[in-house]
Amino acid sequence: MLLINCPYCGERPELEFVHGGQAHIARPANPAECSDQQWADFLYRRDNIKGLHAERWRHTHGCGRFFNALRDTTSDLFLATYKVGEQPPTQAQLKGATA
Amino acid sequence: MQRFSGLSLIRRGLTGQRGWQPQWRQAEPKAAYDAIIVGGGGHGLGAAFYLAKEHGLTRVAVVEKGWIGGGNTGRNTTIIRSNYLFDESAALYDHSVQLWEGLSQVLNYNVMFSQRGVMMLAHTVHDVQVSQRHVHANRANGVDNEWLTPEEARAICPLLQTDDIRYPVLGAAFQRRGGTARHDAVAWGFARAANALGVDIIENCEVTGIRRDSHGAACGIETTRGFISAPRIGVSAAGHSSVIMKMAGVELPIESYPLQALVSEPVKPIFPCVVMSNTIHAYISQSDKGEMVIGAGTDAYTSYTQRGGLHISRHAIEAICELFPMFRRLRMMRNWGGIVDVTPDRSPIIAKTPVPGLYVNCGWGTGGFKATPGAAHLLAWTIARDAPHPINAPFTIERFRDGNLIDEAAAAAVAH
Repeated sequence: MLLINCPYCGERPELEFVHGGQAHIARPANPAECSDQQWADFLYRRDNIKGLHAERWRHTHGCGRFFNALRDTTSDLFLATYKVGEQPPTQAQLKGATA
Repeated sequence: MQRFSGLSLIRRGLTGQRGWQPQWRQAEPKAAYDAIIVGGGGHGLGAAFYLAKEHGLTRVAVVEKGWIGGGNTGRNTTIIRSNYLFDESAALYDHSVQLWEGLSQVLNYNVMFSQRGVMMLAHTVHDVQVSQRHVHANRANGVDNEWLTPEEARAICPLLQTDDIRYPVLGAAFQRRGGTARHDAVAWGFARAANALGVDIIENCEVTGIRRDSHGAACGIETTRGFISAPRIGVSAAGHSSVIMKMAGVELPIESYPLQALVSEPVKPIFPCVVMSNTIHAYISQSDKGEMVIGAGTDAYTSYTQRGGLHISRHAIEAICELFPMFRRLRMMRNWGGIVDVTPDRSPIIAKTPVPGLYVNCGWGTGGFKATPGAAHLLAWTIARDAPHPINAPFTIERFRDGNLIDEAAAAAVAH
């Protein structure tokens, strides 16, 4: 079981959270103007990255809030968690945090 | 190829099992092939076999990153069934079961296909309604499936506890043609038979790129053992399908999750069929070695780690102990994970891609083993004719754009 650092509550066991899929997918501002392919990409296409993955989690059995996380899908190691609306930390910031 | 028969087994047995030859040769990659299959699991090896056997393409290579059958082919719970709800799925999965029924003879290799029956339990009124709908839909499609009362289920599987549990068993759907097979034998049997027809099996050869020509068509693969050219490339890479297809610029509606299984210590033959429960989530059968083979669910998050959270296995074991109280004292020997490629509608993709000369067989999610010969057969057909077989024609990538989803979330049986 993973230990996940909620930006609001601190470290909690994975059981308290729900995984929310890939982060930073913006819903098209005007769906009526999307082509079928653009709409399908929004609904279904996912990067499915082998490596650093930005994803959403929800602390369902805690504060109830959504946040984002940067996790390595080859090791399940969390490199950072950050609030909704913020950009994921850059490589340089991550290096500074682990140094 | 050294043919296997009862006589050859007796003769070798009397002479100290000497004189057996390797079942396939280790091949060095050649510069060019007529077709390349990426991924040396059952699906990929089978596709190479059917390309050679049914379509006369013998300059074929299977390239595998590790060793053949070392991915999901060697990690699943070996359950075979075709009791899927929709017409398209019933045709697809039953095509596979029909191929399973003759596979040992076709390959001259005992894949130990055992049609011991697959029992899917219903625990709630909703379960009963959904299961009975499946039974009727299956029968209308010519797929065998029958409804059992709890007493009838117990008569088939006496160990099953139907009463005095949190979710009593209200009935079950039973597909008698379903069962299990020996997973390694499927990979080895296809490898041996394909190799005998001239197919090169290249292990320890990781694909690092897919090369496209000036017209955009696929023309070869970059690997850790050099460039290999081929005008047709079939990708059958399970959990790594997204990674491989991105090398050719093809994006897929797929996410990869760890799926776990575990086996107990071996015990005497006690378990006559396969039992599955969607609602309390567990499935179990007994291998020919005597181990109880138990399937757990997927983790909540995408990952490529080939392991999974212990709480996922624990959840499955709790369900097993509830349904089969005598297994509470059974010790588990091993547990492991495989990476499964899950599509939004839980149905696979076997199709041409936007890149000419590139074909894909992926998205089998939590249930690819049962489809091994069928998927292999259809992928080979699609590659050889540059057009899908009528059975796999609905299973395109474009169905997500066009809204023609084949939603088998209920039949997929694994919680995810």
